[in-house]
Amino acid sequence: MSNSVNAERKKHSLSRTKQKIIMSVLTIFAAAAAIVFLLPTVLTIANSFMSASEINANYGAVFAKTEEGSKVYVSEKINLKFIPDMVSFSQYYTVLFKSPDYLLKFWNSVILVVPIVVFQLATAALAAYGFARLKGRPKEILFFVYIVVMLMPYQVTLVPNYLVSDWLNILDTRWAIILPGIFTPFSVFLLTKIMRRIPPAMIEAAQLDGAGELQIFTYICMPLCKSALYSVAILVFIDYWNMVEQPLILLSDSDLYPLSVFLSQINTGEIGLAFAVATIYMIPALLIFLYGEDYLVEGITYSGGIKG
Amino acid sequence: MKKNKTVKRRDRDSVFPVLCLIPSIVGVLIFFIIPFIVIIYYSMVDNPISKDFVFLENYINVLKNNAFKKAALNTFTFSIISVPLAVVLSMLLAMLLDCKIPFVSQFRTSFLCPMMVPVASVVLIWQVIFHYNGALNDFLSNFGADKIDWLKSEMGQIVIVVLFLWKNLGYNMILFLSALNNIPKDVLEVATLEGAGSMYKFFKIKLRYLSPTILFVTVLSLINSFKVFREVYLLTGDYPYDSLYMLQHFMNNTFRNIDYQKLSSAAILMAIVMIIIIGALFIAENKFGEDVEG
Repeated sequence: MSNSVNAERKKHSLSRTKQKIIMSVLTIFAAAAAIVFLLPTVLTIANSFMSASEINANYGAVFAKTEEGSKVYVSEKINLKFIPDMVSFSQYYTVLFKSPDYLLKFWNSVILVVPIVVFQLATAALAAYGFARLKGRPKEILFFVYIVVMLMPYQVTLVPNYLVSDWLNILDTRWAIILPGIFTPFSVFLLTKIMRRIPPAMIEAAQLDGAGELQIFTYICMPLCKSALYSVAILVFIDYWNMVEQPLILLSDSDLYPLSVFLSQINTGEIGLAFAVATIYMIPALLIFLYGEDYLVEGITYSGGIKG
Repeated sequence: MKKNKTVKRRDRDSVFPVLCLIPSIVGVLIFFIIPFIVIIYYSMVDNPISKDFVFLENYINVLKNNAFKKAALNTFTFSIISVPLAVVLSMLLAMLLDCKIPFVSQFRTSFLCPMMVPVASVVLIWQVIFHYNGALNDFLSNFGADKIDWLKSEMGQIVIVVLFLWKNLGYNMILFLSALNNIPKDVLEVATLEGAGSMYKFFKIKLRYLSPTILFVTVLSLINSFKVFREVYLLTGDYPYDSLYMLQHFMNNTFRNIDYQKLSSAAILMAIVMIIIIGALFIAENKFGEDVEG
């Protein structure tokens, strides 16, 4: 009998070590994946601290012009490095103090994205409240129209946007991007789903106490949706901070281009600078990520499930 | 409280939610709906000046256009490869993080990080990696592989699938993680007690509960797959290698000659295709997931 107990125990400890092995394999796998996910970002930041000559020595083979007769010596191999030979802020110095062009483009990004985020959230919070409080067929049809518009890719929506901008004579101005951006239905959809979760009992109690719709909106709905508003703001921000399609079509004056488009047009001679500019452009997004990761995760979670 | 005052206020109150909707509705009407209707009209006349009704002629012209055909085929190929991969891989990542391994929150942060990094910022590194003289070829040459010009050959599609997955897996993973958390624990426990294997539990229980999320992630990835133009454009510019010529490139080039007929019929064709695909996904999910949602 004791034999069988022993055997049982052995079997148990065996399955335990097996479990441990599985766990460590999974952890190693996750760690490897994590490195792949972080690598490009880390490399970009690391490279921004290299001096121009180091960058040229490392990446000359990739970025050098291929015209015949150029006498610049370019190494045949590229050299992907994490740690600069010497940490140098020279690229940043050049970007910040010597070439105002990049800062101007950065400012272009800010001046496009901030109004879109602020006003999209403001109109969406109101509209979402309307959608969440109203009932009936017309409202449902309208909400469905919003979802369809939301699901359309830029290839489809940019044509109507272009047409309206042409009518309103705002083509080639920032308004052509900002105005359609403000009315993009994405955050209306998300906030409506969140506001629907407010327990009806809470609203009824407020109504019994004599609160009108305006009070319900300002004193119940908005405070309850505060974290959701942050989440949606992050999602909207990152989408527009990344914009490429709209400026290419709606702006023909490249002076107005945001950095997200302009970065790719930096000429190959200034590749070291490009790394510094790329890092500067990441900073707002990464800061928001560091401080708002939980909001971001919350926002993504809310977005799940179209039917909600 | 005074009763008739509350009643009056109630009447007035039902107006407030309607007022709330007005700014947004006006904006959506002006910037999306009305011009879209005009576009339907434009797509059926032969030019904006004479306005002769030609019905489907513009559509047929677009469908016969070689650039459009190529762009549609490339975009379709890309979506059909990348969307299923994005769904399956992000589900696997979510399950990995659901296994109670250590450092879960650090892993989650690293998987999410790419979605926050602007495409334009990492494009330089992608160039360094995928260039003909780049890091990947350098690495592969250690194993005696021939050099491949990743961005200027048929391999381009593979590169952008990788970039797409890199950027989008994190977002999808979060959706799956929350769906996994929402599976009722007792259902799984009962199944374990009744001797269900982990395969059975996955296919018969978890997958059923995940099906709405699978649908959502598929739709989302499909929409995002059209945004891969960003990576392609920033890496290769207006005129990329043939296999990377996307629908957005076609639209950009058509915008340049402001051919309203071509633009509007192409846009409407795409809208119709999107509606059909998304509608089909919804119907499929309804059939598959109906016994769970009840």
